[in-house]
Amino acid sequence: MYTGLGPRVRWLMSQIFSPSTNPLSKISIVAVALLAGGGGLALWEVNSSPFVSRANYPFEQPVPFSHKHHVAGLGLDCRYCHTTVERSAFAGMPATETCMSCHSMIWTNAPMLEPVRQSWATGKSLEWNRVHDLPGFVYFNHSIHVNKGVGCSECHGPVDQMPLMYQANTLYMTWCLECHRNPEMRVRPRDKVFDMKYKHPENQAELGAKLVAEYKIQKLTDCYTCHR
Amino acid sequence: MRFILLTVGAIALIGCRQDMHDQPRYRLNSASDFWSDGRAARPAVKGTVARGMLKTDAGLYTGKINGRDVLEFPFPITKEVLARGKDRFAIYCTPCHGLTGHGDGMIVTRGLKNPPSYHSEALREAAPGHIFDVITNGSGSMMSYGARIPVKDRWAIVAYIRVLQQSQNVKLAQLTTEEVEKVKASERPAAPEKKAAKKGGSH
Ligand code: HEC
Ligand code: HEC
Ligand code: HEC
Ligand code: HEC
Ligand code: HEC
Ligand code: HEC
Repeated sequence: MYTGLGPRVRWLMSQIFSPSTNPLSKISIVAVALLAGGGGLALWEVNSSPFVSRANYPFEQPVPFSHKHHVAGLGLDCRYCHTTVERSAFAGMPATETCMSCHSMIWTNAPMLEPVRQSWATGKSLEWNRVHDLPGFVYFNHSIHVNKGVGCSECHGPVDQMPLMYQANTLYMTWCLECHRNPEMRVRPRDKVFDMKYKHPENQAELGAKLVAEYKIQKLTDCYTCHR
Repeated sequence: MRFILLTVGAIALIGCRQDMHDQPRYRLNSASDFWSDGRAARPAVKGTVARGMLKTDAGLYTGKINGRDVLEFPFPITKEVLARGKDRFAIYCTPCHGLTGHGDGMIVTRGLKNPPSYHSEALREAAPGHIFDVITNGSGSMMSYGARIPVKDRWAIVAYIRVLQQSQNVKLAQLTTEEVEKVKASERPAAPEKKAAKKGGSH
């Protein structure tokens, strides 16, 4: 069959590996599998690490605003500042006026609040760094979640214990889908949505099924729910 | 060789994953370096009216008709409206004015100079339109809540304040005998001069 090929090729065709290397080839198969697996695992780890997903990673802000102080300490409701969370896709970020409702009268000389006073004097918005940031091709809507009994803490974690805001979950697609497939395990009564201390009861499956029926909660897993 | 290039390329792409997720479009409240005020959200052009934003009913939207506070609520006050008002009052007003409107909210304990009690003669007699105007535009050192609370919710809060004022100012003669008994039973031996009777157990 190989007629016409030169002697060099014929040399190449000769046996390269001696029979003594046979165990090595078997080991190398396992090694390659392990390496690929390990590499994959490492990539997965990196991908779900705070560095990539931004979870559990406090952010620098122009003013070191503390939810712990304002929510747990002063008992302020989320909606005092995030005013549109019940009625629009966007939760709403507090205007400088909202901070000044109190800080024009108390802690008026605190150096920490200088950027707030600057913003009030000049009319230039405070620029908060976004902590949660879904990719541009994902559609998200707060109002539907809030009105169907999904609590803030379900997605944002213990906000009332955060001296600085961080993202408590990866916000990856698997994370969204985990709940969209089984909402009954994660819903709560509507009047508990803003309750940061809420704990799911022992009989969550039972209560959840009741709420799912009462609030007519669907299992939305079609791609176009979130990619539209 | 080509395989190596592809592999290196693919690995490099994994690295940029998050950046490729940011598409060149603005979201609500985004910053923009194009407009001089740095905001991507644009104010309405002068003289234009957005759909559903034509505010012809001055009484409803300003609490005033021809410059005078309206004396009547612009829509019927039902149980649902009062429940809504109670809920909104708790979110936006209690931090300073307190649950019962005595001006003893949480922020007062942190150094805020006392906001006035709603149970003064002047505020009891104030027209609904006046309280609506205070919420909408602020008053003295109190900031405006017009941008934070939708119009109907503001009226619901006004209605709930009326309930609070009633609850702290009930004359014995207005109560049924049963209620009088209840009030007497709840009165401690050394009762304060004029014990406030509460209806419906709100706070
Ligand atoms: C006094 C006003 C105030 C109150 C009350 C408040 N927040 Fe915030 N919130 C802010 C400010 C200011 C920021 C931006 C600074 C930061 O990220 O910490 C923020 C940021 C956030 C963010 C992150 C937004 C992003 O950039 O992704 C979340 C989530 C959030 N708040 C949830 C809540 C929840 C839940 C509650 C109720 C338990 C609440 N907040 C109550 C003022 C407030
Ligand atoms: C309802 C009143 C109220 C509002 C609204 C409010 N604050 Fe405060 N803030 C306080 C009080 C009271 C304190 C003092 C802390 C304490 O006594 O626990 C405080 C303290 C602070 C401090 C310094 C203390 C600390 O360690 O956190 C910062 C910074 C601050 N606020 C930022 C803000 C910003 C930014 C906003 C607007 C998004 C805001 N606040 C809105 C009442 C308020
Ligand atoms: C189902 C999960 C979920 C629930 C429940 C939820 N959030 Fe969010 N929240 C998100 C996600 C996801 C984002 C990021 C949105 C984006 O990047 O477009 C976000 C962003 C925010 C922001 C930043 C502004 C914005 O809208 O992008 C604030 C503030 C906020 N949430 C507050 C709240 C409050 C207050 C509640 C409770 C009433 C709440 N969230 C309930 C998932 C949730
Ligand atoms: C803890 C539970 C939970 C999590 C986590 C969650 N969702 Fe949902 N989501 C729901 C429920 C419940 C509904 C309401 C379903 C219905 O309409 O009956 C819903 C509805 C929606 C809708 C439909 C809105 C509409 O207008 O049709 C979108 C879009 C959506 N979710 C996106 C997301 C995205 C994106 C994420 C992840 C970042 C997410 N959700 C995470 C529970 C959740
Ligand atoms: C509940 C909401 C939701 C549904 C339903 C959903 N996705 Fe996603 N999808 C997301 C979110 C959130 C992300 C962004 C995750 C991230 O940050 O990597 C995403 C990302 C993606 C990506 C990009 C992956 C990447 O790593 O860049 C693809 C492709 C995708 N989705 C395809 C689909 C398809 C196909 C379906 C239907 C079978 C679907 N999605 C259904 C929420 C959803
Ligand atoms: C941050 C604290 C704070 C909050 C929150 C607040 N107020 Fe006030 N309010 C004040 C102070 C302080 C005054 C006294 C203002 C002055 O006379 O300079 C006042 C005064 C008033 C007055 C009397 C005005 C007059 O005729 O003299 C009314 C009515 C009132 N507030 C209603 C409300 C309502 C309704 C809300 C909720 C939507 C509210 N306030 C929320 C601090 C607050």
